Amino acid sequence: MNIESPGAAKSLAGVLLAEVTDEELRGGDLLRQLGSLSDGAVLVFEGRVRDHNTGRAVVCLHYDAYREMADDVLREIASEALRTTGASVIAVRHRVGSLEPPDVSLLVGVAAAHRGPAYAASTYVIEELKRRLPLWKREEYSDGSSRWLGGHTPPAGGRGAERASERGVE
Amino acid sequence: MKGRFEVPVRLFGRHREAAGEPVLPVELADGATVADLKTALAQHPAFGTSLDGAAVAVNRTYRSDESLVVEGDEVAIIPPVAGG
Repeated sequence: MNIESPGAAKSLAGVLLAEVTDEELRGGDLLRQLGSLSDGAVLVFEGRVRDHNTGRAVVCLHYDAYREMADDVLREIASEALRTTGASVIAVRHRVGSLEPPDVSLLVGVAAAHRGPAYAASTYVIEELKRRLPLWKREEYSDGSSRWLGGHTPPAGGRGAERASERGVE
Repeated sequence: MKGRFEVPVRLFGRHREAAGEPVLPVELADGATVADLKTALAQHPAFGTSLDGAAVAVNRTYRSDESLVVEGDEVAIIPPVAGG
């Protein structure tokens, strides 16, 4: 994990974290890493596994991701959010593996000078990752059955080419 | 006559479950596009209509149907995504 010490946040601007992880996520931990003296708004969104969906009792959610690509997509989305909203710092972590209610599946942390950019950046990140993060979930129900959830077809030309070539990723 | 090459296609979610494996080798002709790749995959009994709504990532970027696939590319079939 690459979370910096709170002191380091004073000089930070940009994408603090953008990763898919199998570690347990805790919003409180991220909250303590965010914000400098010039940030008047600090926001951490926790996405949690809930115990029901479309009228059925959910006992478990299994998350799977194309991890090599997903980190790049998250970083791209976070960079776009910084650029378009003027927020100063963004951190986004998505968990994979088997989760149960009320485990945290997603953290989106934002620091900004004012609340407007903070809320806008947080919303942008979660809406965009639902559209294009290569990640899937299979819901398991109390009757023992399960299904992969339908979702969005990512638009072509989205993530990655620029960053992949910058890094020399093959 | 066109040459042919084999490209390993990474599978995820419902596709990996249906195929029973994480990677499927697919044979393509030189000059093949993403659309040709989908056509070739659709022949596999595990897929059928489940390719509807799927995207294709080449070298970790989502590509349109007319994009080329060449030997050595990292190719993945991306079923509809559902993060959050």
